[in-house]
Amino acid sequence: MTEDPTQTGSDTPGAKPARATRRAVLQLAGAAVGSGAITGFPTIWAQNIKNITLRQFGTGVSNLNAVAEKVKQDLGFTLQMTALDSDAVTQKAVTQPKSYDVADIEYWICKKIFPAGILQPMDTKKIKYYDKIVPIFITGKLTPESTIAQGTAPHTVGFVEGKDSKTFSPKPTEWLTLIPTIYNADTLGIRPDLVGRKITHWKDLVDPAFKGKAAILNIPAIGIMDSAMVMESLGEVKYVDKGNMTKAEIDKTIAFMIQTKKAGQFRAFWKTFDESVNLMASGEVVIQSMWSPAVAAVRSKGIPCVYQPLAEGYRAWGGGLGLARHLSGIELDAAYEYINWYLSGWVGAYLNRQGYYSAVLETAKEHMTPDEWAFWMEGKPAKADILSPEGKVMYQSGAVRDGGSFYDRMGHVACWNSVMSEDKYMVQKWNEFIAA
Amino acid sequence: MNAGRAGGRRARIGIASYLQVAPLTAVFALFLVVPILTLIVVSFFDYDSVQVIPAFVLTNYHDVLSSETTWRTYLSTFRFALVVWAITLLIGFWVAYYLAFFVRSKTLQTLLFLLCTIPFWTSNIIRMISWVPFLGRNGLLNRALLGMGLIHQPLEFLLFSDFAVVLVFVHLLTLFMVTPIFNTMMRIDRRLIEAATDAGARFWQVLFNVIIPLSKPGIAIGSIFVVTLVMGDFITVRLMSGGQSASVGLMIQSEISLLQYPAAAANAVVLLAVVLLMVGAILRVVDIRKEL
Repeated sequence: MTEDPTQTGSDTPGAKPARATRRAVLQLAGAAVGSGAITGFPTIWAQNIKNITLRQFGTGVSNLNAVAEKVKQDLGFTLQMTALDSDAVTQKAVTQPKSYDVADIEYWICKKIFPAGILQPMDTKKIKYYDKIVPIFITGKLTPESTIAQGTAPHTVGFVEGKDSKTFSPKPTEWLTLIPTIYNADTLGIRPDLVGRKITHWKDLVDPAFKGKAAILNIPAIGIMDSAMVMESLGEVKYVDKGNMTKAEIDKTIAFMIQTKKAGQFRAFWKTFDESVNLMASGEVVIQSMWSPAVAAVRSKGIPCVYQPLAEGYRAWGGGLGLARHLSGIELDAAYEYINWYLSGWVGAYLNRQGYYSAVLETAKEHMTPDEWAFWMEGKPAKADILSPEGKVMYQSGAVRDGGSFYDRMGHVACWNSVMSEDKYMVQKWNEFIAA
Repeated sequence: MNAGRAGGRRARIGIASYLQVAPLTAVFALFLVVPILTLIVVSFFDYDSVQVIPAFVLTNYHDVLSSETTWRTYLSTFRFALVVWAITLLIGFWVAYYLAFFVRSKTLQTLLFLLCTIPFWTSNIIRMISWVPFLGRNGLLNRALLGMGLIHQPLEFLLFSDFAVVLVFVHLLTLFMVTPIFNTMMRIDRRLIEAATDAGARFWQVLFNVIIPLSKPGIAIGSIFVVTLVMGDFITVRLMSGGQSASVGLMIQSEISLLQYPAAAANAVVLLAVVLLMVGAILRVVDIRKEL
């Protein structure tokens, strides 16, 4: 899988002839993973790479030990993973910038923290698969005809103006803030055996029929968005931008949520993945905001659980890898190496098999069987049992993925997870809702 | 001359005792005074969504004190503290009474007391979470009651409710009441009780005129433990109310997680002041040092 790094030429910006050489080498190497190595001392690189440890942290979704093991095997260096919840991720990213080398964060978190100057932009020229990244992250449009969804769409915070800039650029530049790694379209999870009717709209979450059996997640930035989807579905509010509400819109949304809470609609508010799994698996809750692996986890216990597509569309999120400002020299090279490897297919296939989507689809496809690809990405019925990356049966043969194909799901995104201009106010109001 | 020598000795004793308390003072200064001072300083800082800005502003205190949410949260925390205190006191007192006055053999006393501490061999969180499958809608208790035909609908109030929060607090904190009360009861001179009985006092008279007054320091210490632990708690309230109830600790925690450190610090300073006042009030009623 890895090319011999000693063959990589110099890639310092401006050293154009050397870059050409590298391209040639890469072509010869065939499917080899591109190295962004900038080094005048290739032999030292080759010797030292094994001693390098990159420290990565992020949310549990993509901080997978399997990835770290594969990195060691393919690239030779050590990747240390720390998984935290999204609040803690934001906190660590800003307050302990020296404690990590690679930040695995969501785009809305990026909007919050990149201006703090703790991450360094990445040179698109050193990203081998840059041109193959799904256009959602570059132009914001999945297909040329798509409309851009509301909220913090990844492409709006995906680029900065220059190498040392902290200002986001509305148009693609040569400087990426994050390398997109993983994204998905979220919706409500339901217990089909307990809801007793068809669930079709976001407003079903607050249907009095499910009084005391509904739950919503208590991460303000995401919870407010699910609430907004419900409000719009009810026809209570028509938001200009759900991802950037006005104070009046926030007030109206929270007032409604407080009223719903006082009427006893909610059984619980969850904060962590496992809480949501337990609420659903135990039958405490029959309809709730949920994340796709949580649905899979409930289902793996033999309990029916559906990730229900809804008429109003999905709430999407995306994450990516960012490089810490302090990275330089050989460690920076290793980080680029890691990123190029990340996009080269193995991880992509791994993530796709968990029900997420990877940023470069072509390479992931090469690492999946045609049946897996048809099931996960094209929404076709499985011809054989569909296995999780760990080899557990996730879907029986004949099953169809909830929500259908990649284009059906990512093409119906109503809103991206976001940070609002009235963030502080929103959080205050959200806390009132929780305390009410 | 004589006086001078005595003075010198007193000075030497003075230095020696200062040296003796120095290590503890240093530890306290470093790990208690410095952090609290930092907390107070930060509580006056300004902040935005990503960073803390050194400044001197009163907005954090203004936000804390002027928000209706804060008052409602304090009210609900006080309510938890009061209810939990009353229940743990009731249970704790009688457990201690039983251990101290009913159980005659010293061995059995020690054995039973150790029995009380067994739950403390596992972590707080585990003891808390183990209530969840027991109390849930399809939990053991509901299923048992349904099976016996006592109820026809699962009881929903058992879990993710104020009831669950109080139940778990009582479970976790009663021992903090038992221990100090048991301790003071053991020091009560038994002859006082005999004298009271000989003088014709009935059980309740002995209890109210002899035992309770003499157990006051224990009750006060236990109360301080319980009240401060409930006032500062965030995890029990969150887990057992299913995130639906608020507590001051939880409010601070959510501010920390949103990087609003100065707001959290201001909130913590207010909480500290409130709890100190409560402890002060308890100590006002009972002079622990005098009666120990």
